[in-house]
Amino acid sequence: MKKLFFRDTPSATTASPSEASVGVSRRAFLKGLGTTAISTAAMGAGNVAKGLAQANAERVHGPGAVPVTFKVNGESRSLQIEPRTTLLEALRLQIGLTGPKEACDRAACGACTVLLGDRPVYACSMLAIEAQGAEITTIEGLSRSGELTRLQKAFVDKDGLQCGFCTPGMVMTLTALLRKNPHPTEAEVRHALAGNLCRCGSQPRIVAAALDASGAPATAKLKILHAHDHALA
Amino acid sequence: MPWPKETRYLGKATPRVDGPAKVTGRAKYTSDVSPAGMLYGAIFRSKWPAARIRSVNLDQAKTAPGIKAAIRVREGEFTVRYYGDEIAAIAGTSRQAVIDAMALIKVDAEPLPFVVNELDAIKPDAPRVVPDQPNLGEGQARTTGDVDAAFANSAAVIEGQYCTQVEMHHPMETHGHVVRWEGDEMTAWSSTQAVFGVRGALSEQLGVSQNKVRVICDHLGGAFGSKFGPGAEGVLCARLAREAGAPVRLMLTRFEEGLAVGNRPSSYQKIKLGADAEGKLTAFQLESFGTPGHTSGVTSAGGSGGAGFPAPYIYQPAATRVKQGSVAVNAGQSCAFRAPGHPTASVGMEGALDDLAAKLGMDPVAIRLKNDPSEIRRREYELGAEKFDWKGKFRKPGTSPGPVKIGVGCAGAAWMSGGKGTQAEAQINADGTVEMRVGTQDLGTGSRTVVQVVAAEMLGIERELITVRIGDTRLPPSGASGGSTTTASVSPAIFDVCENVVAELKKLGGAEDPRGTNWKEACRKIGTAPLVVRGQWREGLSTGGACGVQFAEVEVDTDTGFVKLRKILVVQDCGTVVNSLTCESQINGGVIMGIGYALYEQRVMDPRTGVMLNPNWETYKLPGVFDIPDIQILLLNMPERGVIGVGEPCTIPTASAIANAVANAIGVRISNLPLTPDKVLAALGKLPVKGTAAMPQPDLSGAFAQVAAAPARPYVETTGGCHA
Repeated sequence: MKKLFFRDTPSATTASPSEASVGVSRRAFLKGLGTTAISTAAMGAGNVAKGLAQANAERVHGPGAVPVTFKVNGESRSLQIEPRTTLLEALRLQIGLTGPKEACDRAACGACTVLLGDRPVYACSMLAIEAQGAEITTIEGLSRSGELTRLQKAFVDKDGLQCGFCTPGMVMTLTALLRKNPHPTEAEVRHALAGNLCRCGSQPRIVAAALDASGAPATAKLKILHAHDHALA
Repeated sequence: MPWPKETRYLGKATPRVDGPAKVTGRAKYTSDVSPAGMLYGAIFRSKWPAARIRSVNLDQAKTAPGIKAAIRVREGEFTVRYYGDEIAAIAGTSRQAVIDAMALIKVDAEPLPFVVNELDAIKPDAPRVVPDQPNLGEGQARTTGDVDAAFANSAAVIEGQYCTQVEMHHPMETHGHVVRWEGDEMTAWSSTQAVFGVRGALSEQLGVSQNKVRVICDHLGGAFGSKFGPGAEGVLCARLAREAGAPVRLMLTRFEEGLAVGNRPSSYQKIKLGADAEGKLTAFQLESFGTPGHTSGVTSAGGSGGAGFPAPYIYQPAATRVKQGSVAVNAGQSCAFRAPGHPTASVGMEGALDDLAAKLGMDPVAIRLKNDPSEIRRREYELGAEKFDWKGKFRKPGTSPGPVKIGVGCAGAAWMSGGKGTQAEAQINADGTVEMRVGTQDLGTGSRTVVQVVAAEMLGIERELITVRIGDTRLPPSGASGGSTTTASVSPAIFDVCENVVAELKKLGGAEDPRGTNWKEACRKIGTAPLVVRGQWREGLSTGGACGVQFAEVEVDTDTGFVKLRKILVVQDCGTVVNSLTCESQINGGVIMGIGYALYEQRVMDPRTGVMLNPNWETYKLPGVFDIPDIQILLLNMPERGVIGVGEPCTIPTASAIANAVANAIGVRISNLPLTPDKVLAALGKLPVKGTAAMPQPDLSGAFAQVAAAPARPYVETTGGCHA
């Protein structure tokens, strides 16, 4: 499993000022419940409800627009957005970064993948306000000089794409992998891609591109046979 | 064929020209287009599987904050026939405003009885999907030869059931459009595989003359047959934009994508097949039915998405009796889907052929070599069998030892491909650069790159000198990208343009040959006004009739029922290969889509509520990266055949080869796709049949009796070129 939208402990960069000041956030509270089954049982239903109510009360935003500030591709952005706006909507519709794609809008396909710090996340399933203070990289941020990254170049050379709609998500996911693990095995590449779908069926070439970008030896096996090469009775 | 023998680009591996745009996020898809002042549109859909809609009240929605337009799909009373049918549409300044206003639409509806699965719908007392028509519509029938006598004289006869599910297209980019009006002129950015087709349909349905409609599709996030027309969403988007006096973007959600934009019809096939002692087919009999959705239709000719399919597919026994029916249910309508009818036909016929081979004690490759009428495919079987080590791997069905059984299977395919009709234009500049213009579109198959490769080859210049403009009705016309016709339609037109360019440059400068090393100098004579030259598709450069065969090796865990693919080998005839790299990508894609059809994908309808249960990607399972085995591709480059087209033939035999491999592994035929673990375990007798989701052999006798008794018209031969 990868890239569950709340898959890691929120890092310092993702914690909003209010979250930092109140000590317990709703998410942290829920997370605590999830990981400590015995203590949850011991707390009793009443205490759970009370704790939730308290955590919720401290974290009410909206329904009107609220200010959000984060960094995207190195630039600081301050937005006024409804709290229910997803990070993907904020990036695509408010900032105009249309590289990340909306294809399922519910954390199933990975076309919306962006980096939060070095972590790949599903931008469709994270609220923009949860990215308060975060450093976000979209596909547009990978090659700002105009020079393709080694991975992007490998995608082009190995044809790791067809319609290209899943491509920004695939590239971001593999960028995160290669930063963490510059020389992955094929199994590790596949594992990293487990949360990304491609309907055109480019997966074999996407895996090949990732391995190529990591410096692994080429495995292309395309063969064109000329009619006279297989003269058969 | 006049294609050059020694080539620099043609047939070589050329990275796609729009690759850099696609890997940097620069490529703009319909869903990325945002004209100034754009509103967001959405469709209000039926929550009833069947209902009479008395009235639709939009008053409250219209005055909700941010809402600029609200329209009904139809005026007056009307009937909705499936969960997800269109009722109204609204547009507003933000997605959130639209979501809020949706809740304010009031509908007065009278729910009607409904039926959502084929086996219920075919019963005489089932609720009628269309009131004045039986659910089982008029079928089609054909008889050739003396079938009964031929069966009686056969050395071996098998009978079996082979059923396939409703499959969804699910392109990554959902269906949708952005429409902007300027006075009475309209520009539509459409996610479509046919810009001129969408132009014609929008013109007709909105009452605007064709010269006032422009359709643009710069990049397209997949289609697979489901994006030929504007769809209800395109017409509603244009109407909303007109009503609001502002551009509107209306992209469907993934949820809507599951309900309302097409699918591949299901099939229930009862096949009887006979052969003589040598394995030569003698007689074939088929009764079949399936559902194309809320409107029954049996033909699949021309990719209409009807429930019919070619039978007995690529084989030609002398005596055949075919009767096909089509059943309406309260569900979304089918449409063309990558090789309409053919994967369905292949699963039945190739399955029956393997079962017959087993009965005769014959090798599946041998029975195909004996019966396949195509010389190309027979060569492909021989070549593929050798590369696959078929002789080393094949065992008699069910004889693989141990709890994890290994099995192999194979199947063949034919597809018409070919194509014509494209016009194209080249603008040659004095600095030697070239702009090629052609109103085709790129489904993801690499058509831009095809244009560039052919032009660079024919002009003898670096491909970097050539830019390519496609996807716009202001460009010279080309056909829809369907039927695997684009490359075969576009390449000859580019070839023709380039010949004309060379002739014009010769006239202009008197050069003996302006191509190659003389190019730059020849172009210098052009001056300030560029040279514009046209050309069109012509005979003799492309052809139809693609042939391919595939081999599959699987392992089936008889304890868990899990099917794991080990290897798929493809041998595909491509005629003249234009770009081996994108050609291979298409074949990978066809195979992977076939894997989904074989093992995972299926629309699931709830008979109690009439609702589709899996209109998403969590529960409608697409093949993921771990589900894809080693896919080995052998392309047969046959330049003497000209350009053909490969997008559809490569997906046809995958599912049938896998199903045959599974039957070979476990020694039992599972009658219905997808081959999920529950069905495998049930087929092995490891699950109680009743009360489980598994239906290894549903009792279809009543349904087939209905099909046999239904009226029928003469069988329509499909245009799929089954005997290429």
